[in-house]
Amino acid sequence: MTDSKYFTTTKKGEIFELKAELNSDKKEKKKEAVKKVIASMTVGKDVSALFPDVVNCMQTDNLELKKLVYLYLMNYAKSQPDMAIMAVNTFVKDCEDPNPLIRALAVRTMGCIRVDKITEYLCEPLRKCLKDEDPYVRKTAAVCVAKLHDINAQLVEDQGFLDTLKDLISDSNPMVVANAVAALSEIAESHPSSNLLDLNPQSINKLLTALNECTEWGQIFILDCLANYMPKDDREAQSICERVTPRLSHANSAVVLSAVKVLMKFMEMLSKDLDYYGTLLKKLAPPLVTLLSAEPELQYVALRNINLIVQKRPEILKHEMKVFFVKYNDPIYVKLEKLDIMIRLASQANIAQVLAELKEYATEVDVDFVRKAVRAIGRCAIKVEQSAERCVSTLLDLIQTKVNYVVQEAIVVIKDIFRKYPNKYESVIATLCENLDSLDEPEARAAMIWIVGEYAERIDNADELLESFLEGFHDESTQVQLQLLTAIVKLFLKKPTETQELVQQVLSLATQDSDNPDLRDRGYIYWRLLSTDPVAAKEVVLAEKPLISEETDLIEPTLLDELICHIGTLASVYHKPPGAFVEGGRGVVHKSLPPRTGSSESAESPDTAPAGVPAADQPSVIPTQGDLLGDLLNLDLGPPVSGPPVATSSVQMGAVDLLGGGLDSLMGGGSGGFAPAPGTAVPSNTGAPLGSGLGDLFDLTGGVGTLSGSYVAPKTVWLPAMKAKGLEISGTFSRQVGSISMDLVLTNKALQVMSDFAIQFNRNSFGLAPAAPLQVHAPLAPNQSVEISLPLNTVGSVMKMDPLNNLQVAVKNNIDVFYFSTLYPLHILFVEDGKMERQMFLATWKDIPNENETQFQIKDCSLNADSVSSKLQGSNIFTIAKRNVEGQDMLYQSLKLTNGIWVLAELRIQPSNPSFTLSLKCRAPEVSQYVYQAYETILKN
Amino acid sequence: MIGGLFIYNHKGEVLISRVYRDDIGNRRNAVDAFRVNVIHARQQVRSPVTNIARTSFFHVKRSNIWLAAVTKQNVNAAMVFEFLYKMCDVMTAYFGKISEENIKNNFVLIYELLDEILDFGYPQNSETGALKTFITQQGIKSQHQTKEEQSQITSQVTGQIGWRREGIKYRRNELFLDVLESVNLLMSPQGQVLSAHVSGRVVMKSYLSGMPECKFGMNDKIVIEKQGKGTADETGKSELGSGKQSIAIDDCTFHQCVRLSKFDSERSISFIPPDGEFELMRYRTTKDIILPFRVIPLVREVGRTKLEVKVVIKSNFKPSLLAQKIEVRIPTPLNTSGVQVICMKGKAKYKASENAIVWKIKRMAGMKESQISAEIELLPTNDKKKWARPPISMNFEVPFAPSGLKVRYLKVFEPKLNYSDHDVIKWVRYIGRSGIYETRC
Repeated sequence: MTDSKYFTTTKKGEIFELKAELNSDKKEKKKEAVKKVIASMTVGKDVSALFPDVVNCMQTDNLELKKLVYLYLMNYAKSQPDMAIMAVNTFVKDCEDPNPLIRALAVRTMGCIRVDKITEYLCEPLRKCLKDEDPYVRKTAAVCVAKLHDINAQLVEDQGFLDTLKDLISDSNPMVVANAVAALSEIAESHPSSNLLDLNPQSINKLLTALNECTEWGQIFILDCLANYMPKDDREAQSICERVTPRLSHANSAVVLSAVKVLMKFMEMLSKDLDYYGTLLKKLAPPLVTLLSAEPELQYVALRNINLIVQKRPEILKHEMKVFFVKYNDPIYVKLEKLDIMIRLASQANIAQVLAELKEYATEVDVDFVRKAVRAIGRCAIKVEQSAERCVSTLLDLIQTKVNYVVQEAIVVIKDIFRKYPNKYESVIATLCENLDSLDEPEARAAMIWIVGEYAERIDNADELLESFLEGFHDESTQVQLQLLTAIVKLFLKKPTETQELVQQVLSLATQDSDNPDLRDRGYIYWRLLSTDPVAAKEVVLAEKPLISEETDLIEPTLLDELICHIGTLASVYHKPPGAFVEGGRGVVHKSLPPRTGSSESAESPDTAPAGVPAADQPSVIPTQGDLLGDLLNLDLGPPVSGPPVATSSVQMGAVDLLGGGLDSLMGGGSGGFAPAPGTAVPSNTGAPLGSGLGDLFDLTGGVGTLSGSYVAPKTVWLPAMKAKGLEISGTFSRQVGSISMDLVLTNKALQVMSDFAIQFNRNSFGLAPAAPLQVHAPLAPNQSVEISLPLNTVGSVMKMDPLNNLQVAVKNNIDVFYFSTLYPLHILFVEDGKMERQMFLATWKDIPNENETQFQIKDCSLNADSVSSKLQGSNIFTIAKRNVEGQDMLYQSLKLTNGIWVLAELRIQPSNPSFTLSLKCRAPEVSQYVYQAYETILKN
Repeated sequence: MIGGLFIYNHKGEVLISRVYRDDIGNRRNAVDAFRVNVIHARQQVRSPVTNIARTSFFHVKRSNIWLAAVTKQNVNAAMVFEFLYKMCDVMTAYFGKISEENIKNNFVLIYELLDEILDFGYPQNSETGALKTFITQQGIKSQHQTKEEQSQITSQVTGQIGWRREGIKYRRNELFLDVLESVNLLMSPQGQVLSAHVSGRVVMKSYLSGMPECKFGMNDKIVIEKQGKGTADETGKSELGSGKQSIAIDDCTFHQCVRLSKFDSERSISFIPPDGEFELMRYRTTKDIILPFRVIPLVREVGRTKLEVKVVIKSNFKPSLLAQKIEVRIPTPLNTSGVQVICMKGKAKYKASENAIVWKIKRMAGMKESQISAEIELLPTNDKKKWARPPISMNFEVPFAPSGLKVRYLKVFEPKLNYSDHDVIKWVRYIGRSGIYETRC
């Protein structure tokens, strides 16, 4: 007998016939009829009209028939709530049945009938079943509590089911424990504040014991629950890790991934010096590799997770490059993910192999995959300098294939290679130019135009090439138009005589015939720049470009940490926090990695150099830190603060326009009252040489520049009169437009006239020193005071002080020499070009080891995110990005100290909570505390 | 957790639909969204997880049947896929191949299974051994069960040893061990090994009475070295350690019956096996692999319309052993118009529909070599894109384990019944098969 025939009844009057059959006396016929009903239900027919007839069949001792009727009930009870009551009696009776399978079936089904009236009747049977002697019934009842909670949470609480459920965690049967854990975890998610899953060392111990005994699915529930636990110290974390590691050998990939999640999370708490830490790292690699021999869908999940793990802890898989090589028959989604991980793992050690592979992939069939492979070759060139030459020649080979999309992709990446290694591979330009006609994608066209403009002086027919693009100017995409405009202006600046006509043409096209505001405004800027001051124009347009960063597509550090807490789940597959794809409040509790315990180690961590070694030849820079920061300093956008202000601003202008959309940010920033890009406020005196044409634009920023000085604390008494034979000194520090000064008030409280003032600083952490002698013009008569602003510079001798911002000062007058010390607020050392490029920020944040991260609370601050960032910007703390995560604002900020130390910050602001969380990362973590103090001072005043 | 589970045929018609949670909304919408966006999509599948209107669909395909799990929550994605695979296993164990016909024929059974193995979207015990004791499709059976039988079922379904029932009796206690390996290779045209690994499985068929405690031993390097140290004093007895080769296992995973904590601490593999056939362990090795065959390709393009291909295969194992079912697949360009093949051994044919020359050899002894040469005529084309030259792939079966794995012992203890380890008849077999065994050309 086969059941497929039930799918084929499509006669008219079918319902009527079924009704008759359902009411038949013959059991066999009844069962047949119910099967037909279920089949119709499955294919989407509405058979709700048969409700009373089907429910009548419920009272049977045939288990199969009973299950079918239950299935029907679960589907239609909601649409017929009144009739569903008819079924209650049978359920209640079944819950008393001597057969545990029937008791469980009844309680399981009852929970699925989402009708309010029924839930009331459900409570009593459920209470009994939770205490049933049979574990099968108990494990079913445990899940039923979660079902009931989903329908009526209040009822569950009132009836005390939650307590019973908690008791089940200590049940003797492992499966009951597992289901109770699953149910409690789910309920706890909808009550983030409640302490429902009251995990403590005792209950954790119980869970770990059950872990060894329950089914594979139960192990997953328990591990996922364990991952939410926060061990009290590193020893507890280690002991849990030890008991979880055996799970890495489980055949079920989900068990393995959940175990990896627990380990990755708790590892945060372990000190890197522990032997165990190293052992654990080693143990993680093999199971991750094994996941890649699972079925393709699971491989995909595994690869998405490995992508996160590689970003968080690259050391785990750094030797496993080969396993990510793409197989010819891998599904495309596996191929693309493998490629992504290959790029991340590429290093000097394995680059030869990687390149050989990538070249192979570039000849495959799937267009997306081939494009990604070509792009990957470019990434390798940028990441591993030694390989750059080979990468370029590989790309040239690929261009020779003349396959359209390969050529275009190759040109886009070659542009990046030119950016990274200027003046090295220009010999290939000729080959690139041959392919000009085949480029039809905006990105490739824009890249090619950029190359032509950038190397206009070496390409003989650059003007012809650009002119050919100009013909269809209005049909091009904005990206290409902007690039074309810039390229032609560059060409003009390099070869002014031959290209005047061309540049006029493009400027008029951009300014008069275009509706695009970006294009028009950029056109106007160039036009005015060229017409007023060609020299300045040259400095702006042909300025040196900032280097491009090596890593791309890095996930933001906080998001990465959050995703690590979600390993194995959908969030880790989508690389998005759960809030981004889950509706309502369910399951979107923000998770974060535990902080490292034993914070004392971070201060003494060996890779942070002591800040105070004085250096004879280079007194202005703290040498060791300078070395550490060498790579960062290279990326510095502007010249040193002491350079001419015009140059500062123009270099940045140039950089911005190359990055595209520079105008937006200028304009947007202007209307917001500040200029967030390009990094620094332009000193007001730059307005004049740049010419009146630009005046309107620059006035905005210039104005901001003068207005924005760092926060200045009120003056306090530094040297009381009693200690200095009548001389009282009070003062404060300030920073205005790049110069630091010490504002002093000298008061003569003695009876004699004071004269011959002089001042001297002891060596200090940042080399602060007076830039001019202390000038008090007239002798200071008794009871008279004088205000002096003493300019300071940071080129003095360096010695590490404790506290770091301690300054020892000696003041001399005709009476005596007096000494005092004062603490200067660190923000006077925050320089104006402390804004880091976004990509750079991500890379640096990741690069700085986690021990260097310190967290602070800023209490009682009622500002919102925007006013916070504008307030901080006044003191040269720059907001690079703002992100909203589940209602809280995250500000990513950077600042730079006068000695070149970068400090990266993440500020978390919750609208309802006056306490902000500030995380600081810096290669010299000793400054963090003082930066925090600066934050607090600025924000609270 | 899983909100619903649907099974579709290749046309996108729903064969089975079971909704566990209301949050996935109107069932018809979900069903239709998946049909339109995945089954009827023109493109091949770009991701096994598809998000449509904030609803996530996890899908796997078996022959032309689609299984989709639907959810709106942040579920454990690995678990959902593992569950879908398990679901396929269970269905196969009950009614054989997963096909539209079989699913329609067994839809009542499938609903019953789905009710049992997934509760409110949480996977429950899904071991077929246990399920078959009470989901039988002979519903009447429940009335005749005694109370003991019933509680035996429930304790097995929920118990620590959910995979085995008590009271199994065999007149002859017997077990079979199959070491099944698939050897994977990617070789460059110059004969350089780009990557090679063996993924192996130890499959056990046990027909043992009672609740036997088993211990499995193999030539695992770590164990042998440990023992080597321990027995170093007992000179002469160490032939186990030094005489026979041991192998380095990169990683292994075990059936849930194996006590993982014991493996972690002592590296011993002990378990109470399920009755009948099951996969005891999986492992992977990458060091000192015996590559049974080497393929040496030579492709020459003669002008634009002709290709000359010569492929030599060499067998690389003991001459006394025989490899079987050897098949070499040489891809040909899409614009092939004709092929002439000459081979020394076996049969070779050009299969136009597969764009390949398929060369089959029934048997081949170790340390031999054989050769095929072919002339491929090409049609002139305007296609600018060069032929991608897919790799030459190979299939074969050899009667040894390419990883070098050897079973050292499998001990059986059943303290309650009166049979001992010696009374159990044991069979061990090694089969090495080709996995993805490719040589680029």
